[in-house]
Amino acid sequence: MSVLEIENLKVNIDDKEILNGLSLTLPKGEVHAIMGPNGTGKSTLAKALAGHENYEITGGSATMNGEDILALEIDEIARAGLFLAFQYPVEIPGVSIANFIRAALNSRQEEDIDAVAYYKSLYAEMENLGIDRKFTSRSVNEGFSGGEKKRCEILQMAMLKPEFCILDETDSGLDVDALKVVAEGVNQMRGEERGILVITHYQRLLNYIVPDKVHIMMDGRIVKSGDKSLALEVEERGYDWIKEEIAAGV
Amino acid sequence: MITAQSDSEFLSEVVFDHFLARHSELPDWLVKQKQASWTEYLALPAPNRKMETWRFANVKGLGVEGFRLAPSLSEEDSQSLIENSQNVKETSGKLVFGNDDLVAEEALSEELSAKGVIFEPLERAFAKHPEILEEFFMAQESALGSEKFAAFHTALNRNGTLLFVPANVEIELPLVSYHWANGGESAVFPHTLVIAKDNSKVTFVDIYGSSDKESAQLACGVSTLYAGPGANVEYHYVQNWNEASLSFNRLTTVAERDSNITAYGLNLGSKHARNEGHTVIEGAGSNAEILSLTVAHKEQEIDQRTLQSHNAPNSRSNLLFKNALQDTSKTIFSGLIKVAEEAQLTDAYQTNRNLLLSPTAEANSLPGLEILANDVKCSHGATTGQIDDNELFYLLARGIDKPTAQKLLVFGFFEEILEKINNEELANYHRELVHQKFEIA
Ligand SMILES: Nc1ncnc2c1ncn2[C@@H]1O[C@H](COP(=O)(O)OP(=O)(O)O)[C@@H](O)[C@H]1O
Ligand SMILES: [Mg+2]
Repeated sequence: MSVLEIENLKVNIDDKEILNGLSLTLPKGEVHAIMGPNGTGKSTLAKALAGHENYEITGGSATMNGEDILALEIDEIARAGLFLAFQYPVEIPGVSIANFIRAALNSRQEEDIDAVAYYKSLYAEMENLGIDRKFTSRSVNEGFSGGEKKRCEILQMAMLKPEFCILDETDSGLDVDALKVVAEGVNQMRGEERGILVITHYQRLLNYIVPDKVHIMMDGRIVKSGDKSLALEVEERGYDWIKEEIAAGV
Repeated sequence: MITAQSDSEFLSEVVFDHFLARHSELPDWLVKQKQASWTEYLALPAPNRKMETWRFANVKGLGVEGFRLAPSLSEEDSQSLIENSQNVKETSGKLVFGNDDLVAEEALSEELSAKGVIFEPLERAFAKHPEILEEFFMAQESALGSEKFAAFHTALNRNGTLLFVPANVEIELPLVSYHWANGGESAVFPHTLVIAKDNSKVTFVDIYGSSDKESAQLACGVSTLYAGPGANVEYHYVQNWNEASLSFNRLTTVAERDSNITAYGLNLGSKHARNEGHTVIEGAGSNAEILSLTVAHKEQEIDQRTLQSHNAPNSRSNLLFKNALQDTSKTIFSGLIKVAEEAQLTDAYQTNRNLLLSPTAEANSLPGLEILANDVKCSHGATTGQIDDNELFYLLARGIDKPTAQKLLVFGFFEEILEKINNEELANYHRELVHQKFEIA
């Protein structure tokens, strides 16, 4: 039951079918990667699972630990344990990182978190991710560089300790050093109590976050799955051979 | 104490004679000025819809006849106002006015007095400092439509603040005046005159409020700030009259050479508030930051008109007015930047942002530019919108429930102004008021 289970999921945007029967099983304790060309629906999958209203579910199911998450509101899905690290994190003017993360934590518990304990853990996670302390009072993502935004997503993930994480192109916009820091942050969160889904279209990230399984996504569904060597193969040969395989009915 | 009421105290055509009879202490020069103003007041037309300066305003709600000269306060009422005048604790001086009488005072330190700083209620200053007041009291013209109300104010005003800071004197902690209106139908005429001489530095705060929530009151105020060459003036006003009240305020700020002015306005109260803000850049190299935050709800109408007059070169003015509207509230922002031919190298900006939190709220925006110089940077922009869906999704996706997420985003909208206030106590005071008002709504 400790699993994120997506079955035959179909999702429309503006009456256009983007996901057409996607199935994926992510058990806790594992890291899976989804790779696929641009525009294939990777972010659509992430946002639809997070409950975004613009993404209309037309078929299939998605459950987390047996609970139907498609029936939940956006905030309920998050509190149920799903975390989405955004491909394009949103700037929130006037809301400081400290207040934002604190509100997110408070939403998960009866009593408000103790301020001293909170700052202690926040500073520790920031240090771990190489984020300067002065960021605590900066508005969320406002004026951040691409890399700072991505680190800030991982900071939130580290603070909220979700059961299932979807990282949408967390590597884009990062130089190698930043990539290593972010990957290290993610690796520290790997473990029995958590399932992680890494979306990327570069194999590079997977050198640092080594996945248990790799899924190839094309035209709105998973078309091939394998182990980490599949990512290397895609890196080397591109996606066309997979298309041909499908066409040939392999 | 019960004050005897007579019809002559209502703000009719005969009230002025009654006022003069009641205030025989006023000096002759002032009485003359008042007489001329009263005549002017009677002669000027009331605002009407056809006047460009009153466009969009509900002019029907502006009658003053139902109000009367505010009566003196009982000892008990004064005491309770004094107890409520503690919002800013770290000050260099404090005046508390109730119904235009001085009810409490924390005088300047001996050190500041010895340096020549003057911080006096006008009721004393008219007699003690005629040389300053004859020159500066009501010396600025109305530029934004409130001529009639300015004349009304001049005629019936009798108190307020005179703050004079001599050259090279820097005052660290803010000075604060509280202006309270008490009782039903009371009319008050608060006045502020700040004169900061060369290279001086001062922060002044006006706080306007009502002693209860229900009594309809009238406030007709005028504030004037002079920043002398190289002076640094920070001004805050908190308009928090109760929501049954009608208020007018005209703020004129004169910036001389190399001066720095920052004005923060917080508009929370009044049933109908009309604020006019005129920033006059008189000297080269000056810099004015003009900021305002309004939180309107229910049926409030907050009408703000601004003018940035650049009469000297090489100066900068930056205006940011943010309004958050709930229920069926209404705001009007009309802003004009005027750059004179000689005001080359002007940087002048004007921004109005309206956040509509209800489908029935109404935000009107009338931005404008009039530029006669050819080498300037000017911009004006107005936006009106709801809470941003992407921002809301981001917060919800972190598990924050919708009401909390909306509140965070609205407070974030306010922060753009609040975070600019350097004095932490003042910033927190403004923040608390804004949050309070938003919670109640
Ligand atoms: N908000 C949207 N409105 C309309 N079309 C969209 C929207 N978001 C994505 N799409 C379309 O859906 C398809 C999948 O997009 P996306 O999920 O972002 O792909 P990926 O993340 O794999 O690059 C693309 O064709 C894209 O143009
Ligand atoms: Mg994407």
